[in-house]
Amino acid sequence: MTVHSPRTIDQAVTLLEKYPSAMILSGGTDFMVEVNFNHRKPSQVVSTRAIEELRQWNIDHDTNSIFIGAGVTYSTIESSDIAQAAPALAEASRTVGSPQIRAAGTMGGNLGTCSPAGDTLPVFAALDAKILLASNAGRREVSFADFMVGPKKNSLLAGEMVLGVSLPIIEGWQGYAKVGVRNAMVISIASACLVRNASDDSVRVALGSVGPTIIRARAAESWWLDQGAPRSSSEMHTEFGARCAAEASPITDHRSTAEYRRHAIKVLCTRLAARSTSR
Amino acid sequence: MSTVKTRRDVLGTNALRPDGAAKVKGEFSFSSDMWSDGMLWGATLRSPHPYARIVRIDTSPALAIDGVRAVLTAEDVPGVLTYGLIDQDQPVFAVDYVRYMGEPVAAVAADHPETCRRALAAIIVEYEVLTPLTDPELSLDTSTPAIHPNGNVFRHQRIVHGDTSVVGDVVVEGEYEIGMQDQAFLGLEAAMAIPDADGAGIELHIATQWLHEDQKQIAACLGLPIERVRLVLGGVGGAFGAREDISLQVHSCLLALTTKRPIKMQYSREESFFGHVHRHPARVHIRHHAKADGTIVKIEARMLFDGGAYASTSSAVLINGITHIQGPYRCPSAVVDGFAVRTNNPPCGAMRGFGVVQACYAHESQMDRLAEACGLSHVEIRLRNAMRTGDTLITGQPVESVAPVERCIRETDALPLPPPLIDSPDVLELPGGTGLTSRSENIRRGIGWGVSIKNIMYSEGFDDYSTARCTLQDGVVALKFATSEVGQGFVTLAPQIARSVLGVTDVVVEPMDTTIGSAGSTSASRQTWMSGGAVDGACRLVRERLFEHVGLANGIDALRLVIEDDEIVDTMGTLRIKVTDAAPGVRFEETFEHHHRPTEDLDENGQGNCHVAFAFVAHRAVVDVDVELGLVKVVQVATAQDIGRALNPLSVQGQLEGGIAQGLGLAVMEEVIVQDGRVRNPSFTDYLLPTALDAPEVVYSLIEEPDPQAPLGAKGVGEPPCISVTPAIASAIRQATGRDIRRVPVRPQDICL
Repeated sequence: MTVHSPRTIDQAVTLLEKYPSAMILSGGTDFMVEVNFNHRKPSQVVSTRAIEELRQWNIDHDTNSIFIGAGVTYSTIESSDIAQAAPALAEASRTVGSPQIRAAGTMGGNLGTCSPAGDTLPVFAALDAKILLASNAGRREVSFADFMVGPKKNSLLAGEMVLGVSLPIIEGWQGYAKVGVRNAMVISIASACLVRNASDDSVRVALGSVGPTIIRARAAESWWLDQGAPRSSSEMHTEFGARCAAEASPITDHRSTAEYRRHAIKVLCTRLAARSTSR
Repeated sequence: MSTVKTRRDVLGTNALRPDGAAKVKGEFSFSSDMWSDGMLWGATLRSPHPYARIVRIDTSPALAIDGVRAVLTAEDVPGVLTYGLIDQDQPVFAVDYVRYMGEPVAAVAADHPETCRRALAAIIVEYEVLTPLTDPELSLDTSTPAIHPNGNVFRHQRIVHGDTSVVGDVVVEGEYEIGMQDQAFLGLEAAMAIPDADGAGIELHIATQWLHEDQKQIAACLGLPIERVRLVLGGVGGAFGAREDISLQVHSCLLALTTKRPIKMQYSREESFFGHVHRHPARVHIRHHAKADGTIVKIEARMLFDGGAYASTSSAVLINGITHIQGPYRCPSAVVDGFAVRTNNPPCGAMRGFGVVQACYAHESQMDRLAEACGLSHVEIRLRNAMRTGDTLITGQPVESVAPVERCIRETDALPLPPPLIDSPDVLELPGGTGLTSRSENIRRGIGWGVSIKNIMYSEGFDDYSTARCTLQDGVVALKFATSEVGQGFVTLAPQIARSVLGVTDVVVEPMDTTIGSAGSTSASRQTWMSGGAVDGACRLVRERLFEHVGLANGIDALRLVIEDDEIVDTMGTLRIKVTDAAPGVRFEETFEHHHRPTEDLDENGQGNCHVAFAFVAHRAVVDVDVELGLVKVVQVATAQDIGRALNPLSVQGQLEGGIAQGLGLAVMEEVIVQDGRVRNPSFTDYLLPTALDAPEVVYSLIEEPDPQAPLGAKGVGEPPCISVTPAIASAIRQATGRDIRRVPVRPQDICL
């Protein structure tokens, strides 16, 4: 196994063109586990750690957007100004693993692995994040919905890497909640992110661990808009939660049952809706 | 100037572990850290099937790989082909059949772990896959084909006691289920086997609970005289019962003898789940008969333990289960049927609590039902029936141990409750924790109780003695014993004993190995009593010799001498001499074996004085439950434990808190999930252990009523903390939710769906 440690994005994409099957190492909190368990035996690895540019982030109040480099860690999200600009992303980041894992794991890694249980992915889905990709041929931007195409499957092309993710700053409320069978350091068995836009009182809601990809509950979102203001009754929130759950397509495995996962989505979405209107 | 000295690190003080700082700093050498010049690596090929016939094994492709030095199968075992703690039915390597997923089939030695992996992959094993027997009820059915020549039932034992025709005014009945828990020690299995130069002997450095039992089983499988198999304790990172059985011991020795090179073997976490036994899953059907005032008059129970593919300690676990099914309560009549059966599930054996955990979950769930049926509180029903010293157990055995059950309950009840659930506590402290699922308005709080009785030491006629040697010269003591230090703290306690008995400061603990007699197993909460008794006995013999020497030198009767602080003092004269100066250059050495009083086998009606002694504990759990999501947070556990005497209060506190965390794990998250004989979660990603956010505040009271039978007055404290906390937590969940919780671990869907 050869590990390459480029210092610039140009060097990285050049290496990726040369070794199209190379694995990208960006934190290693999933990747190294797979290597250690012998589930993967990559011959070429491109490590992104030395690429300073990937660790940059900025909040642009003129365009009301946040750009987060692929090498930014969960702990940076939790402790930086990003936590105020995108609180749901900070909440999702706090649920990841242990402090050690959060100091190592990155946004690019979560996007690259693209697990339905990826903790930050429902936030990206709910915010309609744009994923910036680069290859030796140039750069392109795809929406999160087009980026994640299946369980641990994304639309990265051979020789392509994630540069970062761009999120809108939305005036209103946003929150994230995740169910696991212990109170910290646990894989999600159901999660949800809800973003409420103050300008038109619309909501966007995304569900994790209850389908092959992150699921946007779009029918529930439009049902919400169809209801009259102030959209603050508990009956409405309960109905909204049930409608979100109806859009989930969970499975039963050793971690939980489909029935419980669907139920958890109902409860989480009801509660997030209530929290979104409680202030 | 004051002449009063506070002697450091004697009995009764918070002596610190000698290895504590090294462990915290990562400098302690665990057995997986061992290294040897010229060593090879060993690895194990395991069955992918729960049940299959081995049609053919071809090792030649593995042997052809560069760097592979040996590939061994059952054909290469020179001695007996099987081992086991009680019944020797477990193959070193599978013979003709594999009976559980993960059963060893072959082992390889190679120059690198990666070479080992390739060699394992190259071994050809042709299996005829068979339908596994995975339902323990079917194992009892005589029409089910036997999956082993010894049959599908490890042991059946009845208990028939008192007037079995009695019928209570109140009858409550329940069916309870306990899942399979893993010991989840942190220091994985590891060994270093070093062959003797003449090739006819072996030295094995190993993390184990009982060096001499391993030695006996290994020698038999290797076909070597026992003295040619020498064991040295490697650094042990926890045990909890999982190191009682043989794992990689015989494999590593065989590879070393075959290759004539030192062999290092160590399991990964995943392999560890397949490499050691687990806690028995059990089903318990139980019926309590009581008078209208709640006084228990009879219990009827049926207990079924799934022992998995091989016997391990199933037969002893069964006896512990059925003989403790009455709990710490008086019970004049009983009819109990217990079965431990064979299946193609993972083998089960010893784990902290050893059969009593399963019994306790059932009897404590029943006590809650009985309280409700009789209109009593959960505390009142337990006080009304609390066992006392002198009561007779359902086995006919009198309880001669100090039995402060009532005091355990009352002192637990008197411990402060946590502050009430307030409107906006730290959300991380609520059920769901970092997942931010819950707000205080989603939470209901419950309080639950659990009380337990646990036997200490081995039972049923077994003489599990312990040996220790004490050497004193110029005020420096050296202690020698084979007591496995697995984290329980005997390396702290033994020097405390020597300091107290001999008035010395400097105590050296020599390496634990098989060059001295057996210490018995670090199991059954027994080492403080048994090895503590042996060290105490050896130190007292040395003290007698020292007094004789000083008496002779000073022309006084040795019986007049005592130890005061660090001096020998003549109680009837003026002599006062420091222990360090009392006998310059003279070496005193004594060896002592401590035996507990004999016990008996049970007869066909389960009657007999089968246990040595008992310890008691009460737990009260306060649990917050998000009822809609089924998530829980154990807020506080209060406990009062019958410990006899606190020889090291800090060490006792550690056992209480650790045991409570382990019992909490069984209550709400820890389960080896087995489907169709296959383990689905052999990793710490999916086998969940409590984290700091799951661990409760622990408030406690130590009940110190020294037991006259115990050499130091102290009962073992290791197992009781994890036994009744599990039903206490389940009971609190019932109180919070009104749900009828029959099974542990309690899963979210058991609460909210």
